[in-house]
Amino acid sequence: MKHQDYDVIVVGGGHAGTEAAHAAARLGAKTALITMSKSDIGVMSCNPAIGGLGKGHLVREIDALDGLMGRVADIAGIQFRLLNRRKGPAVQGPRAQADRKLYYKAMQQEIFNQENLQVIEGEVIDLLKNNYKLLGILLADGSKISAASVILTTGTFLRGVIYIGSVSKPGGRVGNSPSIKLAERLSEFDLTLGRLKTGTPPRLDGRTINWDVLQSQPGDEDPHMFSFLSNKPTARQVSCGITHTNQITHDIIRENLKKSSMYGGYLDGIGPRYCPSIEDKVVRFSDKSSHQVFLEPEGLDDNTVYPNGISTSLPIEIQEKYVKSILGLEGVKILQPGYAIEYDYIDPRGLTDSLSVKNIDGLYLAGQINGTTGYEEAAAQGLVAGLNAAKHATGRSEIYFSRAESYIGVMIDDLITRGVSEPYRMFTSRAEFRLSLRADNADQRLTPVGVKIGCVSEGRASKFDIKMTHMKKAVNKIEKLTFTPSELFEKGIKIKQDGKRRDGFSLLSLQDVDFVKLISLRTELGNIPRDIQLQIERDALYKTYIKRQENDVATMKRDEALKIPVTLTYESIVGISNELKTKLQMVRPATLGHASRIDGMTPAALTLLLAKIKQFNKKTVLL
Amino acid sequence: METIYALATAPGKSGVAVIRISGSLALNAAQKLAGKLPNFRVTGLRSLRNEVGELLDQALVIVFSKGHSFTGEDIAELHLHGGAATVKSVLTALSKINGLRMAEPGEFTRRALENGCLDLAQVEGLSDLLEAETEAQRKQALQIFSGALGKLVKSWRSDLLRAVALLEATIDFVDEDVPVDVNPEVLALLNRVMKSLVKEAKGVKITERIRDGFEVAIVGSPNVGKSTLLNKLAGREAAIVSEIAGTTRDVIEVRMDLNGIPVTILDTAGLRSTDDTVESIGIKRAVERAERADLRVFLYEKTAQDLLLKPKPSDIIVRNKADLLTGSNFSISAKTGLGIEELVLRISNILNKLAGGAGTAIRERHRIAISKAIFLIDQVIINIKNDLESTEILAEDLHHGIRALDCLVGRVGVEQILDEIFSSFCIGK
Repeated sequence: MKHQDYDVIVVGGGHAGTEAAHAAARLGAKTALITMSKSDIGVMSCNPAIGGLGKGHLVREIDALDGLMGRVADIAGIQFRLLNRRKGPAVQGPRAQADRKLYYKAMQQEIFNQENLQVIEGEVIDLLKNNYKLLGILLADGSKISAASVILTTGTFLRGVIYIGSVSKPGGRVGNSPSIKLAERLSEFDLTLGRLKTGTPPRLDGRTINWDVLQSQPGDEDPHMFSFLSNKPTARQVSCGITHTNQITHDIIRENLKKSSMYGGYLDGIGPRYCPSIEDKVVRFSDKSSHQVFLEPEGLDDNTVYPNGISTSLPIEIQEKYVKSILGLEGVKILQPGYAIEYDYIDPRGLTDSLSVKNIDGLYLAGQINGTTGYEEAAAQGLVAGLNAAKHATGRSEIYFSRAESYIGVMIDDLITRGVSEPYRMFTSRAEFRLSLRADNADQRLTPVGVKIGCVSEGRASKFDIKMTHMKKAVNKIEKLTFTPSELFEKGIKIKQDGKRRDGFSLLSLQDVDFVKLISLRTELGNIPRDIQLQIERDALYKTYIKRQENDVATMKRDEALKIPVTLTYESIVGISNELKTKLQMVRPATLGHASRIDGMTPAALTLLLAKIKQFNKKTVLL
Repeated sequence: METIYALATAPGKSGVAVIRISGSLALNAAQKLAGKLPNFRVTGLRSLRNEVGELLDQALVIVFSKGHSFTGEDIAELHLHGGAATVKSVLTALSKINGLRMAEPGEFTRRALENGCLDLAQVEGLSDLLEAETEAQRKQALQIFSGALGKLVKSWRSDLLRAVALLEATIDFVDEDVPVDVNPEVLALLNRVMKSLVKEAKGVKITERIRDGFEVAIVGSPNVGKSTLLNKLAGREAAIVSEIAGTTRDVIEVRMDLNGIPVTILDTAGLRSTDDTVESIGIKRAVERAERADLRVFLYEKTAQDLLLKPKPSDIIVRNKADLLTGSNFSISAKTGLGIEELVLRISNILNKLAGGAGTAIRERHRIAISKAIFLIDQVIINIKNDLESTEILAEDLHHGIRALDCLVGRVGVEQILDEIFSSFCIGK
């Protein structure tokens, strides 16, 4: 069989791969997605949930750029919850339980119906290259496919090993074989590889759970969707259950600790601290007599239940024993035992901000291969790699996401600057401009960017335009309305009686003023559509804080505009410590702003670096 | 051009301090301390010794040749094991080498520019570079915060880190096993920091200046009344006062407050040629200390004498024993107190001018940082008490307050916050 050539090849059909392939195809690049099996596309291999804090922000951003995850998750969502409802909008993150089958179906539909995108089954065993230029890939059947850009999204499949107790076998996910040859090829490149691990809990048969004795957690009454294009859930909505481990559970685990893969010394990759196994929890927090377990249904017509919070690598019979010690699970049947998986990742400091490998022209990496964890993190990287690979293939300039504008930018910058010491997960606290980077305004931040890039459909673009027109009109109106302090005082608004008139928009930044209050002051504002009212309210809330951050943002942007020449060497910069030079050499920052975030960087070193750049550029011009 | 030296780095996490020497005598000076130098641009581990052979430190020495260095001059770098005492001992040893002097702020950069290592087109970058060197000096000032003050700063850091970690935990791990209401603990932590900050803000000027206040040396021929003057200034019998010439055989230091300026007055041995070995050592020390002092007060009786030490333009020359002898020049009587007020005024005027310089500016920055932090953290406390703002705003304000204290407590980054969260709470849904 003779394969045609492509602009972009995406290896892997997980969350990073699908998003990457779809994004490249949206930009008009002729794209191939290569997967071991077509039926792997759209599989959620870990817990059946999308979103959360930071993660939900990422999904909104992906959606604002017309990516897949938000739309697909909305179709699959069977329980929607907006986290941090009682806090401000900046830290509210949408989350949903997803029906695996619905998710799979919707994702398959998106991928197989996308123009410019072809799915090929096969195992990629090698990369074809000519010195430092990537030419394509080699399949296990011996066929070669050429492309200008190749994106690897191999997840945990690089030298993946699955552990259950003392038993281990190679595998990228239960039931799948790992990619070993590819890992060997990558280790030949000038990239640093490391080992990470992650774990899953045993899957339970929901029919054998005694739900009656368990606490139930329903979804929100007014569900918040991921996509700016969705209105409300389409699938039937269900509740999750909550139960707790107890002293007996902990005793069983403690007694059998040595039998677990991790504590028995069978694997030594680094696991995430925020997703510890139940063994870890019992050991590290020995004073806690109970840990909560969320029982998440995997689907509407699926009896599988995912017990979130008790991932393990204990032998099957011990899993059986400790699970049954938990309230409501006394007679539970385990459908699939929990396991730990250890896999190779590539130190992402070897990547540029477009997620391309620094030394190889046309090779991109996205997802878990870069040391991250989570569907959302993977998908967001897939999007970035897909857009850039397409731009690269068609000879257009690359796309940069700044920390000041998106969580996507925060994540990419964190990865390529600091690398990872444990699987990287997004948190809102990672974003220094958190108050500006909200889930609710992801479209305002990124849809115009997407339109400019060319990855946003006309339908979305025009919907966004209409919204913005409404917004501008309404904001204009509100800003023109002014109020005297005494008038406000009469309405019960606590404000300094300084005689200064305040405009409506400023009023909304006050803690006790919302849009409803504003309407009570000027009834004509009631004509503004409710969704627009709420958005203006959220935009106004942090006004003063965002203003305070403007300088920081400007400084960051200025430093980011200062490109560091690729051939610049750090060796000769006097006054910078050797330790820092080593770090700079390793990270090879793309801009001065990027360099400023390297751990241990000092203002002095930075200005010396600046002088060096200027000096370097001057010399280059003279030559 | 003179060879200059200065501490070029701040004692970072690694605790390495780099002393840079630049100029024609740089290699020579480094050799005096380190012995045989390594090849250019290659580090070599050397024992640094002072002029009398005492071991100062085991240091990495790197030398750069003229034309291939930052300033364009010969440069020697001594990478020391941080620590104020070590750095100080090496700087002292360098100060004793003829032809060397301490660099002024930004002087290395200026030389680089002068030597064409930075060209004029890069002038816009120059101001930044000067700032960088000033920044390095700012970090040096952190050395002040050793000992008791260091412990205090550490406790601020851990309290603030804990407080912000608690707030962040309730934001990022809302579905997890973290307390729902952390405000009481945050409030307690912030109140504790505030109390300490306020106390320090009041005391910071005095403690720091007393720590290394200005030095004023009283010099003059034997028996002109130097010790009497010291005693008059100090209001107590600090130095031995006697009629026998050469009584003060060592340098006597008395700390005092002159018009609000902390000053260490040095009473030095009378300067004269002598055969007495003990006295001659005293005189040698007197000259050295007097030379290094911020200001010298030259005392004489009838006419100003030619001493082993020459007055500098800003020094004060004053005639003593005005109760016994008359003359037209500025005169005092250390014994009766005549003219002492005028003398104190002159001293404090000169020191006030000095106080406007870089050294005080460094401390001033710390004072500003503390008062800014007080203002910002107080806002957080008020907002928590009155339940005025939501958690993300409290966190934002607290981050802002902590950033104001950056130069004291160091940067509190997201990784440190996450460390604190993960070690305190069992996260892992």
